[in-house]
Amino acid sequence: MREFLLGNEAIARGAWEAGVKFVSGYPGTPSTEIIETLATRFPETNPRWSANEKVAFEEGMGAAIGGLRVLVTMKHVGLNVAADAFMVFPYSGTNGGFVVISADDPGMHSSQNEQDNRYLARVGKVPVLEPSDAQECHDFMIAGLELSEQFKSPVMLRTTTRLAHHKGLVEVGERKEVERREFIADAKRFSVPIYRLARRPEVEKTLTALTEYAETCSFNRIEHTDNKSVGVVTSGIAYQYVKEVMPDASVLRLGMTFPLPAKLLREFCSQYETVYVIEEGEPFIEEYMRNLGITNIKGKEIFGVIGEYSPGRLRSALALGNPPKPFVEGINLLPRPPMMCVGCGHRTVFAALKQLKVTVSGDIGCYTLGALPPYEAEHTTFCMGASIGVAVGLQEAGHDNTVAVIGDSTFIHAGIPPLIDAIYNKSHLTLVILDNSATGMTGSQQNPASGKNVLGEDAPKLDLEAFCRATGVGLVEVVDTWQRKEIVGTLRRSIAYKGPSVVIARGACQQLPEMKKRNIIPFSVDEELCTQCDACFKVWCPAITRTEQNFPVIAANECTSCIVCAQVCPTDAIKLMEVMA
Amino acid sequence: MNNTISLMFAGVGGQGSLLIAELTSLAAVSAGYDTKQTEVHGVSQRGGSVETHVRFGEKVHSPIVTPGEAFAVIGLEKLEALRFAHYVDPKDGTILVNDYELIPGSVANAEKIYPHETIDFLKSKGLRVTALPASTTARELGDGRMANVVLLGALSTLLPIDQAIWEKTLKLRIPARFLEGNLKAFQVGREMIS
Repeated sequence: MREFLLGNEAIARGAWEAGVKFVSGYPGTPSTEIIETLATRFPETNPRWSANEKVAFEEGMGAAIGGLRVLVTMKHVGLNVAADAFMVFPYSGTNGGFVVISADDPGMHSSQNEQDNRYLARVGKVPVLEPSDAQECHDFMIAGLELSEQFKSPVMLRTTTRLAHHKGLVEVGERKEVERREFIADAKRFSVPIYRLARRPEVEKTLTALTEYAETCSFNRIEHTDNKSVGVVTSGIAYQYVKEVMPDASVLRLGMTFPLPAKLLREFCSQYETVYVIEEGEPFIEEYMRNLGITNIKGKEIFGVIGEYSPGRLRSALALGNPPKPFVEGINLLPRPPMMCVGCGHRTVFAALKQLKVTVSGDIGCYTLGALPPYEAEHTTFCMGASIGVAVGLQEAGHDNTVAVIGDSTFIHAGIPPLIDAIYNKSHLTLVILDNSATGMTGSQQNPASGKNVLGEDAPKLDLEAFCRATGVGLVEVVDTWQRKEIVGTLRRSIAYKGPSVVIARGACQQLPEMKKRNIIPFSVDEELCTQCDACFKVWCPAITRTEQNFPVIAANECTSCIVCAQVCPTDAIKLMEVMA
Repeated sequence: MNNTISLMFAGVGGQGSLLIAELTSLAAVSAGYDTKQTEVHGVSQRGGSVETHVRFGEKVHSPIVTPGEAFAVIGLEKLEALRFAHYVDPKDGTILVNDYELIPGSVANAEKIYPHETIDFLKSKGLRVTALPASTTARELGDGRMANVVLLGALSTLLPIDQAIWEKTLKLRIPARFLEGNLKAFQVGREMIS
């Protein structure tokens, strides 16, 4: 049977078919749909959202040495968080099959950097599989678990944005239950730091065996053509672009990109005058080939390292023609930058931060949009949880007027140790937690502050204010995020407070199913009272537009009834529709 | 090249361009074609520009459409049609555009500097542009949100997929309470092109 599946859905389907019994991960583009699919279609795989990627990896590691087949998912930068566990796992090796998804984001569609995690795999000595289409996402998921069990090694399945986020036809199968493998609590194997010296040679033995395997494994394949002058070495989604742009070239498609097959690469390259190495991301394969002494290759010097590849880009690089460019001459091709959603509770906080003229140390989430006009009230953003440590550092550097801003999910993910540190080291931290009960930017997933788990069932809800008090925060205030005056007042008090303080700006994400389903009475403009002062436009709500007579008009089917525009109207011209009737 | 048909769907987040791209893909699959689809959007799709690529044929490799090769660019909004107009095959392609404007809320003075002249501009570049009052028509049919399906109806007349397959696909994918309206919108869209 064939299904039309997203790369990520195909991975989920493969995991289900392969008898996976434990799945953990943290949402992150472009990996999120894997666990979402498992939760909605295949809950018998026992999926969960973990607090962060390190926790997810460690839970998965435990389940795998305990004998289950395991899948752990994260985006590329998530693996940085999990790196501590990732690097040490090969020292013990696994028991049940263990696959970790590293979803890399060339082009940085929704990421802060463009790191190529094949390098992390090389540091950790973990084999890497790279599928080239949705079918292989499915197949390599299953084969990856088998490979993992065969070599007792964790396996990385590396996807990239276009692979994870494209749909194609996938031949699917049924679930095969796999017996739990026996777990022997063997400290000499699993208590790595004590027995490290004995374990270290085992890592090399496994790597040597995997390197031999790479020479003949079915993940790598050669497609010969009659063309005797040009060959291509490629991997991942770039293989599809090669087939499109250079249909006559002979191709060595590497489905396993670590460890790499030296003999196979040497032999292949010896048959052609020129070999193009075409891989998205860094020159990982290319560098290896150059180190082998292969010289008839062309790669990053013509294709480049930055951004996503595409057939058009390959065509240009190979001087086969330049695709047309967007029309920008003679017409105003306006940008359409992303905006906070209608009714988003972050708006009032950023308006207040702007008004208070503070330096804002921000974090990872929808609220990075606070850095853009009209707010421009987020001045630094780096990585998950960095808002707090950076605010402490800025204050140490004399910038006392600094506020850290973090979302509920990001706070739980990586904000707790820096908060405890700030208190321990007697900082005057002012922290705003934007608590919308969701991991918003990736699509409003559940987290420990939302009171629901990945299956939508009730789950214990973290009491953020009690938690903050328990860490030693002197002043903790909770405020309704749609009450703009209260937000300003609370922030003022918090900033003036001598000691660490936390403001929890609370209001659910408008994209949550329960928020979308609720019965909404929209606001509407009474044109008789409206003086066209434009105050409501300065709320920057996408639901407010203009009539031809220049009056504001609120789209009734978009309004979330958040009340903020009504609060700013000086003539009370914005009222609930029912009241007007 | 080969016989692959490439389509580019452009719109603003929330307009339903992804839905009609998906319906097209499913119809192509149902008609027996190898099919690939991919969606590109930035940090937040909400209110931002959304592009969806669909390609179908005997054997499809790249899910990405290359500028200059699209058999049709389907724009749910004028500015977004302009943004992706260079994807159309300048010889044999068509730009199907909803004659409708959504002013970018996050751009200062956007109303004044919005490219209202888009349709004439694209025609002046020698491109085949078909402007359709999809939003107006959808509103007349009772729900402006069905503008996407009106455009899909128009597009369907240009593609080698039988009407019965289109209707079957709509029935499978659209929730029952919206089905009747959408089938009507689809039919009205079809008639706009004939």
